Amino acid sequence: MLSIKNLEAKVEDKQILMGLNLEINAGEVHAIMGPNGSGKSTLANVLAGNQGYEVIGGEAVFNGKNLFDLSAEDRAREGLFLAFQYPIEINGISNSVFLKTAINEIRKYKGRDEISPKEFLTLIREKAKILGMDDSLVSRSVNAGFSGGEKKRNEILQLLMLNPKLAILDETDSGLDIDALKIVSQGVNVFKSPENAIVLVTHYQRLLNYIVPDFVHVLYKGKIIKSGTKDLALELEERGYDWLIKEEAEA
Amino acid sequence: MEQIKNMDAKSWYKNKFAEFEKSLNGEAKSLSHLSKKESINKLDEISFPDLKDEDWKYTNVSAVIKENFLPAQLCKPSVSLEIEKYLFDFTDSSLLVFENGIFNEKLSKIHRQKNVFIGSLKSFSLIDETNFQKNVKFRKTTAFDFLNESFGADGFALIIGDKTTLEKPVQVLFINGNADEKVLSSPRIFITVGKFSEADVILNFVGDNDNYYLTNINTAVQLDENSNLNLFKIQNESKKSFHFDNINISQSANSTLNHFNISFGGKLSRNGLSSNLIGEGAECNFNGLYIANENQHVDNHTFVNHAVANCNSNETYKGILDDLSRGVFNGKILVAKDAQKTNAYQSNKTILLSDKSRIDTKPQLEIFADDVKCSHGATVGRLDEQALFYIISRGIPSDLAKSMLIRAFANDVIEKVNLSELKEQLNHMIFENLHRTEI
Ligand SMILES: Nc1ncnc2c1ncn2[C@@H]1O[C@H](COP(=O)(O)OP(=O)(O)OP(=O)(O)O)[C@@H](O)[C@H]1O
Ligand SMILES: [Mg+2]
Repeated sequence: MLSIKNLEAKVEDKQILMGLNLEINAGEVHAIMGPNGSGKSTLANVLAGNQGYEVIGGEAVFNGKNLFDLSAEDRAREGLFLAFQYPIEINGISNSVFLKTAINEIRKYKGRDEISPKEFLTLIREKAKILGMDDSLVSRSVNAGFSGGEKKRNEILQLLMLNPKLAILDETDSGLDIDALKIVSQGVNVFKSPENAIVLVTHYQRLLNYIVPDFVHVLYKGKIIKSGTKDLALELEERGYDWLIKEEAEA
Repeated sequence: MEQIKNMDAKSWYKNKFAEFEKSLNGEAKSLSHLSKKESINKLDEISFPDLKDEDWKYTNVSAVIKENFLPAQLCKPSVSLEIEKYLFDFTDSSLLVFENGIFNEKLSKIHRQKNVFIGSLKSFSLIDETNFQKNVKFRKTTAFDFLNESFGADGFALIIGDKTTLEKPVQVLFINGNADEKVLSSPRIFITVGKFSEADVILNFVGDNDNYYLTNINTAVQLDENSNLNLFKIQNESKKSFHFDNINISQSANSTLNHFNISFGGKLSRNGLSSNLIGEGAECNFNGLYIANENQHVDNHTFVNHAVANCNSNETYKGILDDLSRGVFNGKILVAKDAQKTNAYQSNKTILLSDKSRIDTKPQLEIFADDVKCSHGATVGRLDEQALFYIISRGIPSDLAKSMLIRAFANDVIEKVNLSELKEQLNHMIFENLHRTEI
């Protein structure tokens, strides 16, 4: 589904990604962990097409297409989705207008008809229910005045509504209380299928109890320095990153 | 050079005044004509403002003075007037139509109500001319104000007695300009809301885009004790026109004013707005939205005078400027020595959509009392890149993403509009004027 080779990227003259490799296939869940500032959000933003980040080397092929040839909106229309670490507030645009617009733009790109109001209403009710969001939250302006946890939940509502092929979730678990974490994870598991893939950026092993990863990668200074199974996350929880960083320095 | 041009303008208007005077019969001796005459003579003593005036330093009116505009009294009235396209779609409201400041009764539809006068200022003045001259006062400071009085033949009058709620909003449509002449339109607006009374008033200034004209308004508003007025001024005039307005509001104790200044502009507009809080417990809310593109110039000058204690004022002015357009915001707050426990807030935010658009913003706080809460702030910026990326990353194209952020920005002002019909239509006008995809 996504094949990243030797990816290098910079932000304002500072190189952050230093030759990163990652293979993601349909049906897989990948967790990316790593210390603060190691480049996890940078990777997510580069893949989603944030203009603030510049790709200076390497490539990424997404379902047979060169990702970096596509505009950010086309990446979304091709099925890439990023749940933001810090979702943005848009006053005066309701969640439903926002999502209807997005769905129809994606449909237009694929040559499909617009979603009917009735179909949309049924869909959003169904998805909101999974996430325990009530109608008032759905009709409110996008993220405006939402609590931190509500914003994260709203990201997952968007995920379920847009139903992409590849979902990158950047610290969706941070700021969630224990119950919300369960509900949001349940939402992600509803999304999960053999046809799509999930990248979870997280600091906490706890999330991985709910959404079980097939692979765990450690990102450090813009590179993946270790990959393993879910057991690696348990080991990191116990030992921290120091031993890995030392190992990397020795190599 | 400037002085000579000024002289040209003055003699032009004096000549036109004489011409118009000749056409009068008995009316020439009326009290109202005498005050007009005083005003035209006043032009001998007072110059039009120029860039050297502190209050006008960002707004150059020389192009306006250079032009000879023909007073509406000397213009031909239109045979047929298209009003539908300009109307706000209300299920129910009173409608008054003014063509170049002169009342058009045929196109108007007034919902009469006990204890309320709604109609033309001229007909109101004829009820009791002596009293009218004594009580109906317009503030005159600049040459534009005296010009307004000289040629201000008519206008809108709304007088509400005590303990009366205006049953329906009033929509007042001022259509300015015409296809054949360079018109000087001089509407005068007089509103009084009695004690414990309430009203919603929409003043809508429009003109066809090809027409070249000058709209020069004077507005006087009196709010008696415990009254409440929602006053919407919407200006969407020809992109070739000039627009000057001088609005003066006087607020008695416990009165509340919600003023909306929604300006889509003309070529050059100057919105002067001031409120005098002269009774304790008065509250004044100034909400402004200015939208400009191409080479439009829009100047908002506001003044809140906290003359007595325990009053609140809250001002939010937001602007969106594109292309080569230019905005000016000057917000003055004066808190008198005895005006303790004053709360006064002011904020001006502008978004520049292009590299060449520009805003000059200047808060002016003069505080002589010591127990007050005052704050002000101004920001100028672009559409937020991170927010744009967020929207685009959902598959939404960048032009629509920008529209969403424009709507979000304007929303602070629009959401305060208490008439739901008006809200959606204003939102529509924002996108229409900026030539952007509506959302
Ligand atoms: N817009 C920017 N301008 C300057 N530096 C930036 C910018 N964005 C990211 N960086 C820098 O790039 C580095 C990587 O940041 P990134 O956000 O990718 O880290 P992260 O792994 O997601 O960290 P965290 O776990 O704290 O979320 C950091 O040093 C950060 O300061
Ligand atoms: Mg991060």
